[in-house]
Amino acid sequence: MKVVTAVQRAISTVSRVEIARWISPGLWLTLLAVAGFGAWPLVIGQASLRETLFTALLAIALASSLNIILGFTGYVSFGHVVFFGLGGYVGMLVLSKGAPLWVAMPLGGLAAGLLAYGLGAAILRLRGAYFTLATIGVNEAMRAFVNNFAPFGGATGISLKFTVYNDYGGAANALWLVYGLLLAVTLAAILLSYTVKTSKFGLGLMAIREDEDAAEVMGVVTPRAKTWAYVLSAIIPGIVGVIFFFKNGNIEPADAFRLQISIESIVMVMLGGQGTVIGAVLGAAGYQQLRSFLLTNPLVKDLQLAIAGGLLLLIVLFIPTGVVGLIRRKLPVLRKLLV
Amino acid sequence: MLLELNCVSRSFGGLHALSDVTITLPQGEILGLLGPNGAGKTTLFNVINGVCPPSAGTVRFRGQDVTGKPPYALSHMGLARTHQIVRPLNELTVRENVMVGACFGHEQRRLGEAATIAEQTLAFVGLEARTNQLAGSLNVAEKKRLELARALAARPLLLLLDEVLAGLNPVEIGAMVEIVRQIRDQGVTIFMIEHVMHAIMNVSDRIVVLEYGRLIAEGTPAQVANDPKVIEAYLGRSPHTAQAG
Repeated sequence: MKVVTAVQRAISTVSRVEIARWISPGLWLTLLAVAGFGAWPLVIGQASLRETLFTALLAIALASSLNIILGFTGYVSFGHVVFFGLGGYVGMLVLSKGAPLWVAMPLGGLAAGLLAYGLGAAILRLRGAYFTLATIGVNEAMRAFVNNFAPFGGATGISLKFTVYNDYGGAANALWLVYGLLLAVTLAAILLSYTVKTSKFGLGLMAIREDEDAAEVMGVVTPRAKTWAYVLSAIIPGIVGVIFFFKNGNIEPADAFRLQISIESIVMVMLGGQGTVIGAVLGAAGYQQLRSFLLTNPLVKDLQLAIAGGLLLLIVLFIPTGVVGLIRRKLPVLRKLLV
Repeated sequence: MLLELNCVSRSFGGLHALSDVTITLPQGEILGLLGPNGAGKTTLFNVINGVCPPSAGTVRFRGQDVTGKPPYALSHMGLARTHQIVRPLNELTVRENVMVGACFGHEQRRLGEAATIAEQTLAFVGLEARTNQLAGSLNVAEKKRLELARALAARPLLLLLDEVLAGLNPVEIGAMVEIVRQIRDQGVTIFMIEHVMHAIMNVSDRIVVLEYGRLIAEGTPAQVANDPKVIEAYLGRSPHTAQAG
């Protein structure tokens, strides 16, 4: 009898924690806000708004996935765009051979995940600045490789025939479809980020971020945890890459592996608050807002990257935990809401 | 034997931090480790839990050869330790810190179970009032308790304590010694480094003494306290013995 009640109590504790994890107003409000804003162009059928929000959703998906390795695990990666580019290439290759989009997307994610797995074994042994430098090297190496890789079309890349879009109800229709898919993937990225953060696996990652040696002494299998964090953070950009380049119609090395995208993703995560699910979303949305202002303003239109760099410097110097981190510190009442 | 060190040596470049150390530790004992600064005490702990593998010799834990295994493998087998210089996970809460021990250590608990264990363990070490605070905001004495709670939450078979009393005031020392005794009474074997003499003399069943990386004495607290070699290591050679020698 005693054993039975003990077991019952254990089960009820477990499920209480498990249930509490999913009753998170912060998560649901974020998902609802992104879904609401995201669905708005679909409701009113306005193509220009759709294009604006396409870039915003893309940014949120990239920032949320980067946050898994950067914010939760504490490894600053300048190579996030590599997964976006590789996913795009693999997707475009199979699309150009006649495979449908719903096959190309998971293949893009898979390719990115596999690359992260292999890379992880090699460069996740490095710590701090050494890891960061290695990720920049990976980006350059990947671009050089693809430039000379015949199946990916070398320097000219891969272009889709216009007739490809006929299977999706024509080009105009395909644009709406692609937007809907990106919205779904973005919501999945936020959900993935939250699931990782609130899991036992995520606790191990955060232990690594705070003190990797101490985490190892406490039993966290650090090489395995870091590798899986890297793989999980790579899958989303891999899928997003397929969507982006399918919409684009063609892919070439200079577009697929732009270091600038990696840098901007880091700025977004740092701006919003590394290590928080909401921070990555707010940072991405806020940075996109700023970026579109800078790009359309004739005074500063060529200075957009310089301003992004300056912004990163200011964040690191004055609010290293980002906007959400700052609010969490100043107003502990909101800590539960700002997941 | 729970832990057996056989002729363990470790050098860093030309420095022999440990030479030929042989120690056995049966289950249920509190073994004290004494030695002047730089004697190699913390290095010995690092060798045991896999942070730095020995240059020569073997380490056996629970009858298995664990020489060169990574720290997490030893943690899974039931070894836990505290650090001389505390290493809290600053941006995590006190509860989360302890949950890491319960989740990834010896018993590999699930998140929900770990939360319960964390609360029990924090109550045991007297930190329950700090449960939801960030670990970085604790004072040194509290951080020492947190280190201990984290190690205990794994429910280890062997606990390595590296100067848990250093930096505490007499009242805090008394409370910590009491906690250490209670841990032993729960069946955990303890190997502890300590500089606070009266405390380690009081609490240890047996004591080993290191000097310049070599084992110079071993025995009950009384035997070790009266060992001329130990006295010499701590106080220097007395003029009488110097003349005689």
